[in-house]
Amino acid sequence: MSILPIARITLLEAVRSRLAWLIGAVLLFSLAIAGFLQQVAVIEAREIQAAIIAASVRACAVFFVVLFVVMSVVRESNDKFFELVLSQAMPRSSYLFGKFLGVAAAAAAIAVVLSVPVALFAPLARMPAWTLSLFGELLIMAAVSLFCVLTFNHVLTALSAAAAFYLLARSLAALRIIAETSEQTVALAPRLADWFIQGVALLMPRLDQMTQAGWLIDAAPDAAALASVLAQTVIYVTLILGAALFDLYRQDL
Amino acid sequence: MRVRPTRDVPAWVKLTALVGLAVQIAWGSLQPAPRAMAEDLPQPPSVNVLRLAALGEPIAAAKLLMLYIQAFDYRAGTRIPYRKLDYDALIGWLGRILNLDPAGQYPLWSAARLYAEVPDPDRQRKMLNFIYREYLADPNRRWPWLAHATIIAKHELKDLPLARKYAVALQKHTTDPNAPLWVKQMEPFILADMGELEQARILIGGLIASGQVKDRRDAELLKRRLEEIEERLKKAKR
Repeated sequence: MSILPIARITLLEAVRSRLAWLIGAVLLFSLAIAGFLQQVAVIEAREIQAAIIAASVRACAVFFVVLFVVMSVVRESNDKFFELVLSQAMPRSSYLFGKFLGVAAAAAAIAVVLSVPVALFAPLARMPAWTLSLFGELLIMAAVSLFCVLTFNHVLTALSAAAAFYLLARSLAALRIIAETSEQTVALAPRLADWFIQGVALLMPRLDQMTQAGWLIDAAPDAAALASVLAQTVIYVTLILGAALFDLYRQDL
Repeated sequence: MRVRPTRDVPAWVKLTALVGLAVQIAWGSLQPAPRAMAEDLPQPPSVNVLRLAALGEPIAAAKLLMLYIQAFDYRAGTRIPYRKLDYDALIGWLGRILNLDPAGQYPLWSAARLYAEVPDPDRQRKMLNFIYREYLADPNRRWPWLAHATIIAKHELKDLPLARKYAVALQKHTTDPNAPLWVKQMEPFILADMGELEQARILIGGLIASGQVKDRRDAELLKRRLEEIEERLKKAKR
């Protein structure tokens, strides 16, 4: 199988691309923020530290994965590495699966390492569920970034599309709540807007339900919530990789 | 970039994409829709925290927050709206939104036209008190909402002393030339309803004599009301 060598190259690229330095910087920054919060919080200092650091490292982890995937694929495209790989006797799907597997391995490492500063301020028993959910979120965003960069083939467009997707997925629940106020109205325009939002919601992953800081400071997620997160990850990764493959096979290189 | 025809895509790839799409739509439709239940309305964070979260866009954050807050316990057509809402938390949120966007009218509009019109006197009083406090901070921009609060206090709560307190505030603090005269002259009418006819007569008479009333119809209305009060006074003396 040619998937594993591509996955290995991708993982090596992640190791050599100074991603570790960035993650180290985030770790240091998290500790500095924790120290600052310790000074300014009057009560619930640990809860505040856990919630703010968890939210920060979650955003950083997603940013790093998206950035790495987009830059890596664009670089390979510019270096004609992609054409070189496809000139070998291997299907295009091997490239995509290999790439995704490599990024998934890097995402697992990022999720575990960036959980460390959170674990300093949250109960250790709560960390596995949070880290697993972060990994699922990173897998979804890795698949989405791959799809965006293979479709647009341009750094700025791919990054913008991935960022827009992430922001929309994270804020969709709030948008749906706001749109709910137009449910009872008879006017057509607000009802159309509501239907549009409900339709988009069907196609988007519920990232607002994943990797919640509340799991660290309020109540741990129950088995059903965790199973839902895992199911959402599997379903969405399958959908996006399917769409990316479809696009990849249609490209006339 | 040139693209190849769809038939060149292997069947298993098309199948994967289609099955993934179908499963995602099925999964999405099985998930419960997010709802803002009344019990879920939390206590508001401090203004400083909200300013930090607004990332330098306090007005945009205030507008978005207002849309979000109004969705709590919103059920058009329900018999008793907002009955489960924690009004102390709600007032806290509305106050914070006004702090972020002092020129915004939406929070006080909502307070006067939505939250103060619930069939629950305690909640109405809380909301009217909030409107009164916020009116004093910016009378010339916020007088419409205290005027509405005065009407609610008079006609719905039947609390004439409270309505008079608001009317006096409107008269004393509103200097906006665009404010209609009736907004600043509600006090004598409330006094008359309270049975304080002599005071009402003096106030209306003074108003007519001052020449502040430029509109002919307003002047006639005041004269008619003055005559009614004088008539009632004569009957009371007999």
